[in-house]
Amino acid sequence: MASPAPTHSEPTSLLARVLDSDVFYSYRKSPVTVVASIVLAGLILAAVLAPLIAPYNPFDPSSLNLMDGYTAPLSDSMMGNYFVLGTDHQGRDVLSTILYGSRVSLFVGISATLFAMVLGVTLGLFAGYRGKTTDAIIMRIADIQLTFPAILIALLIFGFARGIIPPAQQESAAVWVLIFAIGLSNWAQFARTVRGATMVERQKEYVAAARIMGVHPVMILVKHILPNVTGPVLVIATIGLALAIIEEATLSFLGVGVPPTQPSLGTLIRIGQQFLFSGEWWILFFPAVTLVLLALSVNLLGDWLRDALNPRLRQ
Amino acid sequence: MLAFILRRLGQSVLVMLVVALIAFIMFRYVGDPIASMVGQEASSADREALRQQLGLNDPFYEQFFRFITNALQGQFGISYRLQQPVTELILSRLPATIELAFTSALLALVFGVGFGVFAALRPKTISTAAIMTGSLIGVSLPTFLIGIALIYVFAVELQWLPSFGRGQTVQIGWWRTGLLTESGLRSLILPAITLSLFQMTLIMRLVRAEMLEVLRTDYIKFAKARGLSSRAINFGHALKNTLVPVITITGLQLGSVIAFAIITETVFQWPGVGSLFINSVAVVDVPVMAAYLMFIAFVFVVINLTVDILYYVVDPRLRVSGPARGH
Repeated sequence: MASPAPTHSEPTSLLARVLDSDVFYSYRKSPVTVVASIVLAGLILAAVLAPLIAPYNPFDPSSLNLMDGYTAPLSDSMMGNYFVLGTDHQGRDVLSTILYGSRVSLFVGISATLFAMVLGVTLGLFAGYRGKTTDAIIMRIADIQLTFPAILIALLIFGFARGIIPPAQQESAAVWVLIFAIGLSNWAQFARTVRGATMVERQKEYVAAARIMGVHPVMILVKHILPNVTGPVLVIATIGLALAIIEEATLSFLGVGVPPTQPSLGTLIRIGQQFLFSGEWWILFFPAVTLVLLALSVNLLGDWLRDALNPRLRQ
Repeated sequence: MLAFILRRLGQSVLVMLVVALIAFIMFRYVGDPIASMVGQEASSADREALRQQLGLNDPFYEQFFRFITNALQGQFGISYRLQQPVTELILSRLPATIELAFTSALLALVFGVGFGVFAALRPKTISTAAIMTGSLIGVSLPTFLIGIALIYVFAVELQWLPSFGRGQTVQIGWWRTGLLTESGLRSLILPAITLSLFQMTLIMRLVRAEMLEVLRTDYIKFAKARGLSSRAINFGHALKNTLVPVITITGLQLGSVIAFAIITETVFQWPGVGSLFINSVAVVDVPVMAAYLMFIAFVFVVINLTVDILYYVVDPRLRVSGPARGH
């Protein structure tokens, strides 16, 4: 270890403890991960700050001019406006639509993953702790669901919801339906892992001690068992986030995702695909690259996290 | 053996019943079936009469039972959108999807196993590093982007291959095949590659991991000590023992291939079951959605069952230690 050993006599700050940890050491030693995390941080920052840093507001019809349409990257339009990444057929600045689009993609992806995580962890803890019939029912459902691809389940839930929600509210509800559909299609992974870990932890003495002291089972699960299963959950959540982002993009690409008034990266790619044959490559290319960068960096982080948190691989 | 198969068969029937229940609830309660059958001007008395005639006022279990009876006879009603029997629609589009799915599964299996074995046997070469990096990108790239990229390179820039449709097809009985004409085969290439890439990377990574594991075992060392040729060791002993999980995964993936075909079929405007389904989701064509759900579930259940039985046949250890789990 290159860093100086901390003085153990006095309490070190949180930052110092983080910088000195094994996990941070393995992070520093993996250049790919460092690059991936910087790229991801940049993308997230750009998405969050989109309203501030986007050169144009692509969803304000009054600022759009069809005469700006089909402007190539790094050039002036017929109206004399400059566009770094060019414009699409409606004269919308591609850079701005990407910034707003990744906002939608990230929002849906993160919300859906959080939803899947809360649902899966809760059911997993419950199944692992209660065992018997509860366990059998929950895990059978998870088994059945895991045999079907997540995208198919999300599609079905989406179609289902579309038939139930009245047409007037469909547009405003679409994002939430999407989050619900993607989240519900990904909970089983969490439930499976947490259930396994809970069954192991449940046998340990500290749980028995807590039980003897009369701690309520819910408190045992939340305060004692949950902290011990966070590692694997974090890994699944990271990889799940990459899957959720791709799933959202796919659904939007298929035309059943977010409404066209609120395009995500998938919607932008769907729009761009129409111009593949006519030579306006930038309408498709830049959103696609953004999506790939986003998915790849999250995936790489997840891969690293899985190795870093696995004590068997640490040498 | 028989008890095991019967138990798995029972589970499969149970799964199908659950799926049928979901499909039925969807069929019956999503949207109003009457509203989609009669026009705006129909009086409420007419609607009530039709409701009575169709048995929509019967108790839930009676309707569900009728739904299952009809489903078993292959009747899923009439598509709201296309006004044709759903079963006919699905059957007419099934050959396209099956030809696509099997071609890509074959591609995935051949190249997946090939690359996987290579990566395991030569772990420290540049080619292996390239294969592994490529596979990571293959996992991260969404299927539809791979399809678009292929279209861009081979259809737009190079203009070698068609970018949409099935080309010319030949009718053999009720099966309309694209495998017998040149344009049909050329049309199949890009979609099949697109659909196979994800499975290919999966199989490749699995074969590599299993091979590395097996190559470290004692019986391989012993085989080396006996002076067997490396070909015999690598393919006769090592690869053979990695094939059990590969069979499982490939089998289970075949179902996913059919489901993932939705995306590929949309990108390439391939006239298969998947594009039928996605168009139905967009306009909430419930009978088609319900029938597709049942169809996919049936495919999955049959594949799962076959894989479980195959597993049982291939791996003698399972016969001793009790029932197998197909995961």
